[in-house]
Amino acid sequence: MRAVHFCASCGKVQPPVPVDYFTFFGFPRKLNLDISALEKEFYALSRRLHPDLFAQANPEERAFSLEQSSMLNDAYRTLKDPIKRTEYLLRLEGVELEEQSKQATEKARATGKLKKQVVPADLLEEVFELNMHLEELRTQKKIGEDDPALLEEIGKAKLSLEEKYNALFNELKAEWNKWDKFVDKGTTDGAEDDRRKILDKMLDVLNRRNYVRNLVRDVNEALEN
Amino acid sequence: MATNHIVGIDLGTTNSLVAYMQGDSPVVIPGEDGLNLVPSVVALDENNQIIVGNAARRYLIETPERVVYSIKRLMGRGLEDIQDELKLFPFQLADDLQAGEVLRIKIGERTYTPPEISALVLRQLKRNAERFFGAPLTQAVITVPAYFNDAQRQATKDAGRIAGLNVLRLVNEPTAASLAYGLDKKKHGMVVVYDLGGGTFDISILKLHDGIFEVIATNGDTHLGGDDIDNLLIAIALDDIRGELGLDFRRDPRHSGEAIQRIRQAVIEAKIALSSQPTAKLDVDLPGGKKYQREISLEAFEQIIQPIIDRTVGPCKQALKDAGLKPEQIDEVVLVGGSTRIPKVRRLVQDLFGRVPHTDLNPDEVVALGAAVQANILAGGSEITKEMLLLDVTPLSLGIEVAGGVTDKIILRNSTVPASATQYYTTQVDGQTNVAIHVLQGERELARDCRSLARFDLKGVPPMPAGMPRIEVRFLIDANGILRVTAREQRSGKEAEIDVQPSYGLTDEQVENMLLESFDFAEEDFRQRQIIEARREADTILTALAKGKKNPAWQDLTSEERSKVETLEKSLVGVKEGDDYHAIREAIDALNQATMHLAELMMDTAVSTALKGKAMDDTDLEEGPQAGHPVAKAEFE
Repeated sequence: MRAVHFCASCGKVQPPVPVDYFTFFGFPRKLNLDISALEKEFYALSRRLHPDLFAQANPEERAFSLEQSSMLNDAYRTLKDPIKRTEYLLRLEGVELEEQSKQATEKARATGKLKKQVVPADLLEEVFELNMHLEELRTQKKIGEDDPALLEEIGKAKLSLEEKYNALFNELKAEWNKWDKFVDKGTTDGAEDDRRKILDKMLDVLNRRNYVRNLVRDVNEALEN
Repeated sequence: MATNHIVGIDLGTTNSLVAYMQGDSPVVIPGEDGLNLVPSVVALDENNQIIVGNAARRYLIETPERVVYSIKRLMGRGLEDIQDELKLFPFQLADDLQAGEVLRIKIGERTYTPPEISALVLRQLKRNAERFFGAPLTQAVITVPAYFNDAQRQATKDAGRIAGLNVLRLVNEPTAASLAYGLDKKKHGMVVVYDLGGGTFDISILKLHDGIFEVIATNGDTHLGGDDIDNLLIAIALDDIRGELGLDFRRDPRHSGEAIQRIRQAVIEAKIALSSQPTAKLDVDLPGGKKYQREISLEAFEQIIQPIIDRTVGPCKQALKDAGLKPEQIDEVVLVGGSTRIPKVRRLVQDLFGRVPHTDLNPDEVVALGAAVQANILAGGSEITKEMLLLDVTPLSLGIEVAGGVTDKIILRNSTVPASATQYYTTQVDGQTNVAIHVLQGERELARDCRSLARFDLKGVPPMPAGMPRIEVRFLIDANGILRVTAREQRSGKEAEIDVQPSYGLTDEQVENMLLESFDFAEEDFRQRQIIEARREADTILTALAKGKKNPAWQDLTSEERSKVETLEKSLVGVKEGDDYHAIREAIDALNQATMHLAELMMDTAVSTALKGKAMDDTDLEEGPQAGHPVAKAEFE
């Protein structure tokens, strides 16, 4: 199913209907996506919806084109990036992204409290050790000491984290395949549980991946300063 | 369609141009003087007439306090952030300027906001185009630096409006340049545009394919350009002069204006000369009679300007990073802006991108030519442009200030425009009907380090318990790179009224008033000119009459005639110094009429004298009354 951007009979640009980004492009709500097909469609739609093409049209058409092309750009930006695409799908399916939740962030900032960040279970030990090392590093730097053995430890830990980061992406891709298969099957009885399971798993992978990314960032910061 | 001309305008810091698409190629429309470049210089002459362009430049030396240049540096900016500019340029702020007010600059006895001054330059270009087409011009595309923020863009749009133009689109300068470059359909690949003008620096990375010009990343510095090179050289010269000649012009308010402008002229000439010569000479006649002479070598020049040119490297590297590209992946580098003629700049660009930059296009004209191409596309396109499409980006991230003074970015930099983001707000207090939003532009974490764009006050929220309203606020950056905000309370479906307080700009009402005032002003100026011309004519006729009375022919008039002439003479003298143009005109005509007989008699005398063999210039034959030349300076006693 694809969104109707232009009237079938008179060809004039239509007011944008609030559709999701997948529908806007006429793509199924699946996570594996042919990027070059998406790009091609983006350019094709741009050539027809861009405000430059409506400079001499009446104000109504100009307004529609502005709305449509902003939706087109927003949709393209979101679907092009694998993580944004995943997050978008989760939101569409009603899953609130805990870590990125704006309310949570704002609340944390307003109250000065730390955001509730759950350390992924499989990383507990690693994170604990790494944080200890980073503390040590910061103390040493303050007094001007230099410990190459410590730096090497931290360097190894960072590499390990980076590997985990990449591995998590592959884990995400595995969930993508599950999701896409699920979509292909169509709705069946007991499907709600399956649906929920896949979505939750994807959210979990994303959160863990974000956590690892933030950790790597902290390491880099500590090493630089 | 043929009479509906849309032009492209490059409103530059140093020079401005207007161009249009003539068949398959864009051409620049010259001024009355036949020149393509109109210096962005505005002067007020002794009669408070506005002079724009090359004619205005002469006033820089004569009456520098009545001239403004490089006004683009002040567009969309506030008092707090132009302190550097005030030190480096002879801008005079209005005496009664308050903090938080829109900037006003003094030119002579009058004050103008920067958009009004830019509008005067645009008016000149508009006149040039109208003269060329022989038809009125109402629509234009105007270019802006890619790195201009929202306030700077809005100020440019306001200037267009005040000049009586409907600005169809603001186009980013590097993107416009790429249009001129890529008009040849075979051009495709990754193109970098390095644009170093008089006051601004932009770098844009574009992907050209199938007629689509897609900006991938853009970066820059809106106060970096040839002006900075000039100012550095001027500062060195002033120090030199103080050391060698013991004259400190910085502390000499009476002469500093003129001295600095003379030095500036010399320094600019030398700078230009050094693009093709190994040495250049500075030769300045200083006020007070002394001379300043000095030779500059190319080597010394390059050393002096190194820190300024180096400032372009950071933005270039950031743009490449944002684009996810390495220099090797760039297919072409295009140079734009007069300052790219400097050999050192070219070498720097070559080193940065590992390739010889493309220099076939005239760096002064390419932006205007590209704007003309865009104008053509907006007008409906022609054979050569019908496959072309511009996809540009917003250069700065858009953010909202949230609790803790932090910026929450909602639209990231280098997002293709039009782009939008939706945020949800609610109320803190029962019955609260207003919600305030502070919008910013910039990449920093803290709101105070970003650029304040505007404060939006959402009014008309239906009174409800605190936390109940769900206000959907939509931020939309349009194709001009300018922000629009709409808001709706979802539960009631009511559209919220939005009161916008631009942080550095003019409200719509102020712009409309300026537009109306500019019409009045034009009339006022025109009226002044009429009066001056009439006075001149009156003086001429009175002088002629005075001589005529000494002529023997005067005695040949009847006493009635003589009495009538003298009454009308007195009458003309009476109204001449007044402001009533029609009264002066009537008095002139009446006197002319009354003195016709006298003129005839004097003519006869001359003729008969000539026939008697006397030379014509032995007679008292005067030239008849004539209208003063409209452009000549009026002489007042």
